[in-house]
Amino acid sequence: MDQSLRNKNRISRRLREKIIQSIFFTLSLVSILIVGLIFFFLFNEGVPIFQHISIRDFLFGTLWYPTADPPDFGIWPMIIGSIFVTSLASFIAIPLGVFSAVYVSEIAGHRAKEIIKPVIELLASIPSVVIGFFGMVVVSPFLQKTFDLPLGLNVLNASMMLALMAVPTISSISEDALNAVPRSLREASYALGANRWETITRVVLPAGLSGISTAIILGMARAMGETMVVLMVAGGAAAIPGSIFESCRPLPASIAAEMAEAPYRGEHYHALFATGIVLLILTFMFNAIADHLSHKYRMTESG
Amino acid sequence: MMHNRKTAISAKNLNFFYGKSQALFDVTMDFAAHEVTALIGPSGCGKSTFLRTINRMNDIIPGTRVEGEILFDNQNIYDPGIDVVQVRRRIGMVFQRPNPFPKSIFNDVAYGLRINGITNRVELRDRVEKSLKAAAIWSEVKDRLNESALSLSGGQQQRLCIARALAIEPEVILMDEPASALDPIATQKIEELIVELKADYTIIIVTHNMQQAARVSDVTAFFYLGKLIELGQTDALFTRPRLKQTEDYITGRFG
Repeated sequence: MDQSLRNKNRISRRLREKIIQSIFFTLSLVSILIVGLIFFFLFNEGVPIFQHISIRDFLFGTLWYPTADPPDFGIWPMIIGSIFVTSLASFIAIPLGVFSAVYVSEIAGHRAKEIIKPVIELLASIPSVVIGFFGMVVVSPFLQKTFDLPLGLNVLNASMMLALMAVPTISSISEDALNAVPRSLREASYALGANRWETITRVVLPAGLSGISTAIILGMARAMGETMVVLMVAGGAAAIPGSIFESCRPLPASIAAEMAEAPYRGEHYHALFATGIVLLILTFMFNAIADHLSHKYRMTESG
Repeated sequence: MMHNRKTAISAKNLNFFYGKSQALFDVTMDFAAHEVTALIGPSGCGKSTFLRTINRMNDIIPGTRVEGEILFDNQNIYDPGIDVVQVRRRIGMVFQRPNPFPKSIFNDVAYGLRINGITNRVELRDRVEKSLKAAAIWSEVKDRLNESALSLSGGQQQRLCIARALAIEPEVILMDEPASALDPIATQKIEELIVELKADYTIIIVTHNMQQAARVSDVTAFFYLGKLIELGQTDALFTRPRLKQTEDYITGRFG
């Protein structure tokens, strides 16, 4: 092979790599661009409501009568609804998710693991509308009968269904965190005469704590942003719930329920977009915390 | 030299299997109390596996199986009635790579004491200090006991791991290439420490480094392909090996 031919080949190969590189770069730009556009339109459509109402009254107003005259746009009941169902869902999902992760990663034998792990992951793939349906036709009548309630669509029902959706997230990410704990730490513990329980609770869990916290936050973010389930089973009342047996309306449900009826670019429409901004900020905060925790985790790992 | 040697541990016809593949073949040898015994041999010869059978660390690897006996204190530690936790409390271990817990220096050493039921703060403090002194690291860490153990250098971490092993006052200490991940100065400190510790402990050390074996050990056992090939006083084994295989290995002709 003569020298000039080889050189030419190399140049064309380099050119080809450049082209491939720029194709990938452009494609990754597309998703960044789309996120940017979503932000832009969300703010563009949401901010005008603040010409009619102050941010303070919007966030902390307790009345939501968007079609009354004059209308009330207070989303405090929805914020409380979201926080209430998310907290209660976390209260249910965190122990379930973390304990199942500990079981799968530390205790289960090979065969139990082979069964439990895919089943938990299967839970993640159930469409939310199916979970909502389950809440409506199975859990709701059950709650009604058990607690003698007029209505089974309430905070408790929504929290239970959201917990069902958060468990796979919490469990699989926690399990990754536990698997990332080096075997040498477990060996060190066993070599000092620790039993399995002591090793799990005093060595493995503390070492995996940052990763587990990340898992919990991401699970909570999932519960916070989930729409279909809360739309179907939370009951929908735009009022601050007084107990877990009362109906409520979390932020995403509010948007989904009313958007179709809000006149285009009217006050109601803008108020719903502003609700979307609040929701976005809340989930964004959850993700930022999760990101921070996982970063901290990596640093302690490499140290 | 051979007078008054008391046997601390004996292996009798020990065979070990990872699944179907056999890693140790019929190993029989005694370990004398208050001596340093070095296990040498090329990679994969079974010396680490053998070391880990002595405190039943291989139990935590699924699919492994032991045949034969390890006698310690007149009991076979593989008898069904034996509590493996008790075995490991009396036979401590230091690993190849320093593996401090991601805890403070104090809590790292106190861990073994706490799981052994010592909760009295004064006693914890005393025993942590005593172990850190015995591991020759006290002067370097006494002002930073609450700092993370991970902030120490590799050599310091390894001495911390030795302190952690000493804290629960075992009778035997197993060391699996304890200096292989360390620089020469840290290695020298560990070696000096090993020689000091044998006054109080029986030490069994796996090493790749033949100079190290020659420097620290009283007795050396040469392993090859899962078999104990030659066992003898270290100076004799290194100067006048009885078998050709041993000689080839220690003179660097293979391995």
